[in-house]
Amino acid sequence: MASSYESPSEYISHHLTNLKITTGDGGFWGTFNLDSLVMSVILGVVGLGAFWLAAQRATSGVPGRFQGFIEIVLEFIDNTVKDVFPGDRSFLAPLALTIFVLVFMMNLMDLIPIDFVAVLMGWLHVPHWKSVPSTDLNVTFAMSFTVFMMIIYFSFKAKGVGGFIHELFTAPFGSNPLLWIPNLAINIIELIAKPVSLGMRLFGNMYAGELVFMLLGLLGMLGGVYTAGSIVLSWGWAVFHILIIILQAFIFMVLSSVYIAMAHEHH
Amino acid sequence: MAQYIALVQGYMAFGIGLIIGLGALGACIGIGIMGSKFLESAARQPELIPQLQKFMFLLAGLIDAAFLIGVGIAMFFGFANPLLTAVK
Repeated sequence: MASSYESPSEYISHHLTNLKITTGDGGFWGTFNLDSLVMSVILGVVGLGAFWLAAQRATSGVPGRFQGFIEIVLEFIDNTVKDVFPGDRSFLAPLALTIFVLVFMMNLMDLIPIDFVAVLMGWLHVPHWKSVPSTDLNVTFAMSFTVFMMIIYFSFKAKGVGGFIHELFTAPFGSNPLLWIPNLAINIIELIAKPVSLGMRLFGNMYAGELVFMLLGLLGMLGGVYTAGSIVLSWGWAVFHILIIILQAFIFMVLSSVYIAMAHEHH
Repeated sequence: MAQYIALVQGYMAFGIGLIIGLGALGACIGIGIMGSKFLESAARQPELIPQLQKFMFLLAGLIDAAFLIGVGIAMFFGFANPLLTAVK
């Protein structure tokens, strides 16, 4: 509970700290956020398992509610990718589905009351536990840089090595040798901006949402009427947050598809 | 020492107000323009509403994102206060 902390800022900073393990020398490459890793693996397995179960039980007769729900998700993603990318989408549509489901599951953890997790982990003597992996910049950047690598891969695949390098030097302005350096600079900035904005957008939205939950939890610290107020306000914010959860997963999915579709286009 | 901390905190409160206020201003103007255009086009061609709605939500998320990132950073400055370590 919020009342077991000494000061408001201690409460906030406790809830914002990841459970870290260090290997070797530590530092940037040796520190892992254990909670983000464990939560993302669990959520990935749960998401995958739900779809696997639906595929195992699928009937061509009258589908049950579960199969109907999975079919709605599949069709929705497939139609969205179809609008964005006209070609063969046997790779892109499953990728978009994976991204959407994983990001959605990660964001969904935001709806678990934060102090519930903190109290539970306190009983288990775990000092810190952030249950929302997408409030960890490492996780969102890991996903967005995977998309970035796929952009590079599909640029090479669609245009060939020579074609892609030719495009890097000549794309926006023209093929005059004087314009090679400005063209290259603009293309590199454009390439880097894609994964950075993708990762920052998801992280920023989820982090801000989580912080608002924490501030409302702090209100409960005062006791009495304020505790009731904090519960009501948290509930209200959670309802509004459902929109953001789905929207951010959708945006991450659509923009990844758009970027990969753009990599296929010739200038 | 206390004066320096108060100085940093004062400027920081000012900065947080600017970040959230200006961010909200921009996001609200953006959402307003987009919403009005969406309603106009929906009134003109109601059969396009399902297609337009998808893009409206997408753009609403994109417009909101910069503001919410700003709120997140402002809240972080408000509570964790990294700039105070230079004074201490």
